[in-house]
Amino acid sequence: MSSWAGTQHMRLRKGISYFFLSATALCALIVVGVLFFILGYLVWNGGSSVNLNFFTKLPTPVGETGGGMANAIVGTMKLLLLASLIGIPLGVVGGIYMAEFSGKLSAFILQYTADLLNGVPSIVIGIFAYSVIVLRMKHFSAYAGGFALGIMMVPVTLRSTEQFLRDVPLSLREASMALGASRWKTIVSVVVPAAYRGILTAILLSLARVAGETAPLLFTAFNNRFWSHGFNEPIASLPVVVYTYAISPYDDWHRQAWAAGLVLLGMVLLTNIIARGILSRGIQAPR
Amino acid sequence: MNAALGTARKPAPAAAGATKTDPLAGLKPRLEVKNLNFYYGTKHALHDISLTIPTNKVTALIGPSGCGKSTLLRTLNRMHETVKSSRLEGQILLDGEDILDQDVTRLRRRVGMVFQRPNPFPKSIFDNVAYGLRVNGYKGSISEAVEKSLRRAALWDEVKDSLHKSAYAISGGQQQRLCIARALAVDPEVLLLDEPCSALDPISTAKIEELLFGLKDYCTLAIVTHNMQQAARSSDLTAFMLEGHMVEFQSTEQLFTTPSDPRTEAYITGRFG
Repeated sequence: MSSWAGTQHMRLRKGISYFFLSATALCALIVVGVLFFILGYLVWNGGSSVNLNFFTKLPTPVGETGGGMANAIVGTMKLLLLASLIGIPLGVVGGIYMAEFSGKLSAFILQYTADLLNGVPSIVIGIFAYSVIVLRMKHFSAYAGGFALGIMMVPVTLRSTEQFLRDVPLSLREASMALGASRWKTIVSVVVPAAYRGILTAILLSLARVAGETAPLLFTAFNNRFWSHGFNEPIASLPVVVYTYAISPYDDWHRQAWAAGLVLLGMVLLTNIIARGILSRGIQAPR
Repeated sequence: MNAALGTARKPAPAAAGATKTDPLAGLKPRLEVKNLNFYYGTKHALHDISLTIPTNKVTALIGPSGCGKSTLLRTLNRMHETVKSSRLEGQILLDGEDILDQDVTRLRRRVGMVFQRPNPFPKSIFDNVAYGLRVNGYKGSISEAVEKSLRRAALWDEVKDSLHKSAYAISGGQQQRLCIARALAVDPEVLLLDEPCSALDPISTAKIEELLFGLKDYCTLAIVTHNMQQAARSSDLTAFMLEGHMVEFQSTEQLFTTPSDPRTEAYITGRFG
C-alpha cells in the first residue's frame, strides 16, 4: 500500500471513529435528557400541588379544589408491603435453591420460567390475580393487588439472587467448609452475607418497578376514594389515582395527577437513598 | 516437562544405596495415606500414593505445577469432595481411623486448611476468627479464644486495636495470617497449607515461615509449596512428587543434600520445574 493510500485509509478510519463516538454520546445524552425532562415536567406541573394537605387529606369531591391523596400514598405502601411479603421470600429462597442446590437441568428450567414470567405483560398477571383471588373472594382487595405485584417481583429477585450468589468466590465457601461448617451453615453465614448487597439492590429495583404498576391493580386492588381498613377492602394506590385523575376532565385533578406522579417518584427515590445508606455500612467483599 | 524425565511415569524404585535412613524413625504418625489413587473424571491425578505425616512436624510437599501436590493435600480433609467428578481409592488414616468413614464436618474441624490466596470472610477481623468457634458451638469465651489464636498467628499486636474493622482493611500478608488464626481457632490437630505464601511478598512470606515453625508445638503441619527454599527452610520432612507419583520422601535435610532419586536431584538443582 502506498503511503498516500495509507493516509487516506487512516483518515477514513478516524472519521468513522468520530462518527460512532458522537453517536454513542448523543444516545447517552438523549437518555439522560429524557429522564430529566420527565422529572422537570413533573415538578413543573405537579410541584405546586404537593403540599401538606396532599399528604394528610383525603380527596375532595368533584368540583371542590384542594384535598390530598393520603389514602393513595398509604395504599401504595400497603400494597408494596404485601408484594414484598410475597415476592421477596419466594425470590430470595428460590434464588438460593437455584444457585446452590439445583442441578443443571432444573436450574435451566427455573431460569427459563423466571425469564418468561418476567416477560408476561403486567395486565395478564392482573387477570390471573383477578381470577384467582378477586373472583373467589367476590370483591376487590389489597390482598389481590399485593398478590399481583408480588408475583411480578419474583422473577427479578429470583434471577438476581441466583446471579449474585453464584458470583461469591469459591474460595469463601471453601474457607467456611474447611472450618467444619456444613453446606447450609456456609450458605447462611458466609455466602448470603457476601452477596446481600447485590440481592438487596435487586429487591429495590423490582420494588421500584412494581411501585409504578397500574394495569394489574385496576381490577385487583381497584380504587377507593376513602381510607381502606385492613387489607380486605378495595384500596387506592398512586398509579391508579394518576390514571383516574389524568383522564378526568378537571384541571385540578390533572394537577393532582402530576403531583401524585411526583410523589411516587419521590417515594422510590427515598427508598433507594435509605437502602444505599444501609448498604454503605458494614463490610463489603471486594469485587 | 523435561524429556529426560520420561521415566517419571513409574514410581521410583527404592533407593539403590543402603545409606537411606527411615525419615520417620522415632516419630508418631498422625496422618497415614495408603495406596491412594485419585481421579478427576477419567484423569488419573494421583497414582498409588503412600505417605505418613508425623505428629508435631512440618511436612512439605514439593514438585512442579500440576504434579498433584495440592490435590493430595486436599484429600487429607476431603476438600476434594467439592469437585463433583472426583473419585478416590485407598485409605487415609487420621490417628489410625479412616477419614472417609468419618463425619466430614468433624474431620475438617480436626484437619484445618489455609489456602493459596488469603480468603477472609467479608466480616470483621474478630468475626473471622470467631467463625469456626461459633459454627462448632464453642462453649468457652470466644474473645479469649480469638485472642489466643491471633497471638499464635503472630497477628495480635498488629490488629488488637482494630478487631472490629473489616478483614479486608489489613495487608495481604496480614490477611493470610488472619486465615491461619481462623484455622487455628478451632484447635485442629493438623493444619494443611496450600501454597500459603504464593500470593505474598518476601517479607510477609518470611513472617509466615517463622510462624509455621512455632506452630509445630500445637499441631501437625503439611505444606504444599513450589518454592524449594521455603521447603528447605521451614520443614522437617519433604516429599517430592512428579506427575501424580510420589518420587521421594525424606527428612528435609537429606532430600536437599543427598537426594536418592535422580529426578529429585534434577528438580532441586533447578533443571526443570
